[in-house]
Amino acid sequence: MSQQQFMQNPWSNWMKGEGPDPDIVISTRLRIARNLRQHPFPLLATDSQGEEVVRKVTEVAESDAMRKRHHLQVLQMDQVNPLEKRVLVEKHLISPHLAEESRKGAVLLSSDESVSIMVNEEDHIRIQVLLPGFRLNEAWEIGTKIDDIFEKNLNYAFDETRGYLTSCPTNVGTGIRASVMLHLPALVMTQQISRILQAINQVGLVVRGIYGEGSEALGNLFQLSNQVTLGMSESDILSNLYGVARQIIEQERVARTYLLEHTRVSLEDRIFRSYGILMYARTVESKEAAQRLSDVRLGIDLGVIPDVSPLVLNELLVTTQPGFLQQHAGQKLTPDQRDERRARLIRERITDRQEHSG
Amino acid sequence: MNCEECGKRPATLHLTKIVNGEKTEYHICEHCAQEKGDVFTGFHNFSINNLLSGLLKFDPMQKGMKDATTNKPLRCETCGLTYAQFSKSGRFGCSDCYTFLGDRLDPLFRRIHGNTQHIGKVPERTGGKLKIRKELEQLKQALQTHVASEEFEKAAEMRDRIRALEQKMAQS
Repeated sequence: MSQQQFMQNPWSNWMKGEGPDPDIVISTRLRIARNLRQHPFPLLATDSQGEEVVRKVTEVAESDAMRKRHHLQVLQMDQVNPLEKRVLVEKHLISPHLAEESRKGAVLLSSDESVSIMVNEEDHIRIQVLLPGFRLNEAWEIGTKIDDIFEKNLNYAFDETRGYLTSCPTNVGTGIRASVMLHLPALVMTQQISRILQAINQVGLVVRGIYGEGSEALGNLFQLSNQVTLGMSESDILSNLYGVARQIIEQERVARTYLLEHTRVSLEDRIFRSYGILMYARTVESKEAAQRLSDVRLGIDLGVIPDVSPLVLNELLVTTQPGFLQQHAGQKLTPDQRDERRARLIRERITDRQEHSG
Repeated sequence: MNCEECGKRPATLHLTKIVNGEKTEYHICEHCAQEKGDVFTGFHNFSINNLLSGLLKFDPMQKGMKDATTNKPLRCETCGLTYAQFSKSGRFGCSDCYTFLGDRLDPLFRRIHGNTQHIGKVPERTGGKLKIRKELEQLKQALQTHVASEEFEKAAEMRDRIRALEQKMAQS
């Protein structure tokens, strides 16, 4: 896949809507942070030190051992334009930090975009695995094997007491951050979400918006992830997250059933109003789009709206973002122009009754 | 009650946020709650760096900024990062910082993670003996559980594996 294809194609593997519980868990993400011994961390490294790290990591990524599993393509951040970076961020393939603040940053992407390895982000190496649906263990299996291949060829910064050493003390130990992106409209509508979010903080987990730290919970999408990385094994971290996510999924299901049984008319009214607006609106802001799309997705999942594929909604999550809209248009757009294009794109996609073949 | 933000729609979300003992109550509608993402996450416009340096600043560890014997500012000899710089940025400069700042980091790790010791994955190639030692610990624990639940066949299996590993340790 060429660099251009990563930018043009809206589809990443994580949006395919497969895997367990795809009606509530949009995607699963696992990140492993690793650093090299005897190299200053990226924040302090000089340009030439940074280049050396990229060279070493790329060498392993292009070795036979890695090629047997993944074909990775290298994109150097200083050769990617700002709009393209934004598209990669919107597809969750790189972090805003790598896009905007890193020096000598690079990303290694697998062709289906389920593996992205950031180099010289906050840590030397950040292996990220993104899968559709609720698949924590599978994501770990893929990630830990890539980690093993790197470890065979590079000297990791590892300490018997502290574990894998990272730039930030919040990642030390296992260096893993696992997260699931959850669509929880019924818990928001039944006002249970704040109670649940409070409880989550007490069990070593944290909830963020879909674009990470400090981002808003747009479109009833919540990203649930582990906070603790030291003093817990990887399997305990994953099973803890799994258990809590499982409970939230069940609660969301109960709330959906409750809404259908007790407030069917007003629920359907809300869903169809949003559906109607998206089918006919000529301009729509990103926040409104996120909320309306959430309603429509719920309508599809509950069988209230029969003919739209939920995959279209996953695709729109990415394609209605500012970067992608502009990339698609091939030019910079003003906010007004974006709102207009967004409305048109949504209109076209949700009235197109054919299943997306991906 | 109407929403505090827009004043139009009825308030459906009632949240209480406590930051540093200061209590703030929110009564807002779902629409405005979506816009005000910070009510959900509590970390809006407030990076993890700020939070960490906050943790470090009000810390009795401040004492740890100087070496007790030489009375010089504590610093990492490899990259030159001082404890003061670390407490400002919340980021280490290189992997050796962990060694030079040493035990003084324990209170910080305890606050963030509730722990100071790694018990997860160990690198295959460089982890060597440590990996075997951790595996031994796990096997011994499993052995005890099997004995306690009177699963003696499984316990015997664990015992054999423990012996094999102990031999491997002795040889390497």
